[in-house]
Amino acid sequence: MNAPLARRSWFEATARARIAGLLDAGSFSEWLPPAAAQPSPHLAQLELPGAFDDGVVIGYGKLEKKPIFVIAQEGQFMGGAVGEIHGAKIVGTLRRAAVEKPAAVLFLIDSGGVRLHEANAGLIAISEIMRAVLDARAAGVPVIALVGGSCGAFGGMGIVAKLCSAILISEEGRLALSGPEVIETVMGVEEFDAKDRALVWRVTGGKHRYLMGDCAALVDDDLAAFRTGAADFLVAWQEPAPSPALLRAAQQSLENRLAAYGELRDGLDVWAALGITDPAAVPLLERDELVALKEGLPT
Amino acid sequence: METLEFRFASPPAGTAADPALCGVVGSGNLEILIRAGDDPAACQLSIKTSARGFGQVWQAVLGDFAAGHAAGGTQVAINDMGATPAVVTLRLAQALTEYRGGAQ
Repeated sequence: MNAPLARRSWFEATARARIAGLLDAGSFSEWLPPAAAQPSPHLAQLELPGAFDDGVVIGYGKLEKKPIFVIAQEGQFMGGAVGEIHGAKIVGTLRRAAVEKPAAVLFLIDSGGVRLHEANAGLIAISEIMRAVLDARAAGVPVIALVGGSCGAFGGMGIVAKLCSAILISEEGRLALSGPEVIETVMGVEEFDAKDRALVWRVTGGKHRYLMGDCAALVDDDLAAFRTGAADFLVAWQEPAPSPALLRAAQQSLENRLAAYGELRDGLDVWAALGITDPAAVPLLERDELVALKEGLPT
Repeated sequence: METLEFRFASPPAGTAADPALCGVVGSGNLEILIRAGDDPAACQLSIKTSARGFGQVWQAVLGDFAAGHAAGGTQVAINDMGATPAVVTLRLAQALTEYRGGAQ
């Protein structure tokens, strides 16, 4: 009777399709919709066509009937990069969240970081986003990063992702600071071969990030899986009050991690050091198998 | 970048409540925003495109669209990143369908 619903890839979907698949049907209302928004004046000066929404969709809706604010970056437009208007829309949404206190802000990150065309305006936007994420969290509003788009979360948006309450990621998602091409350009191909896609994913990909504890959950590349993952996470999550003790503990765990894995060159070596008996099998594991593997690891 | 403006006679599309958007400004793609215009017998189009020198192609593609669809009374804004004529034609039809309420 009930045919299984076809899987709908998060990776392939546009920002607007992701929002439609994530929230309760028909519940989304957009702030500054395309007809009301203004394309980037910086891109116009450089003779480049802008996008009506400047590459990010913001608004509010419901997830399992809870009020939610949403920010969704469009990776297909300029690599999801953060320009002045794009950044201002994100900051405005986060500041409003700190005042109106929705159940959460869902931040659908798909971005290579700062939009270089807008230089300082983009850099300032990133720093404002960082502050706004922390302010929303300090006001008790969880900010959840969802990472599974083609641009991943890199550069300034990699930092922003780590400032969020938690990250949900798919195997296709990537998270890091400098992107693979940047590292290769600056440090040489001996340091990092950006053309080796398998290596890129073993170092920055969703499975590695999940195994390392950088991400709270690994979900399938599927709109419904992200929806269920976000809803389940929110049920179990209580935003902690910011404290020096939490920061010290996080710093200590980073120092421990650097000491344990800092010399290793490849995800395969790190997974072996984590106690995984057959690291070479990890890239081929299904999501459920990997989650079971992680839960069985010594802590 | 090149900015192009066109106006074609077209049968009235009917009045829609909300503007409609489809497509993304990505490589080989474009976004189209349709909203209500002031002349019910004409379709006004404004294009910003990264590919210069294709004004005649745009005129032919958009003229075909306005002649083949009831698109009068609309104002169409396009941001283009090198979409081919076939993609432009498909996106226009998609955007008009959404505008008239037959979304998806």
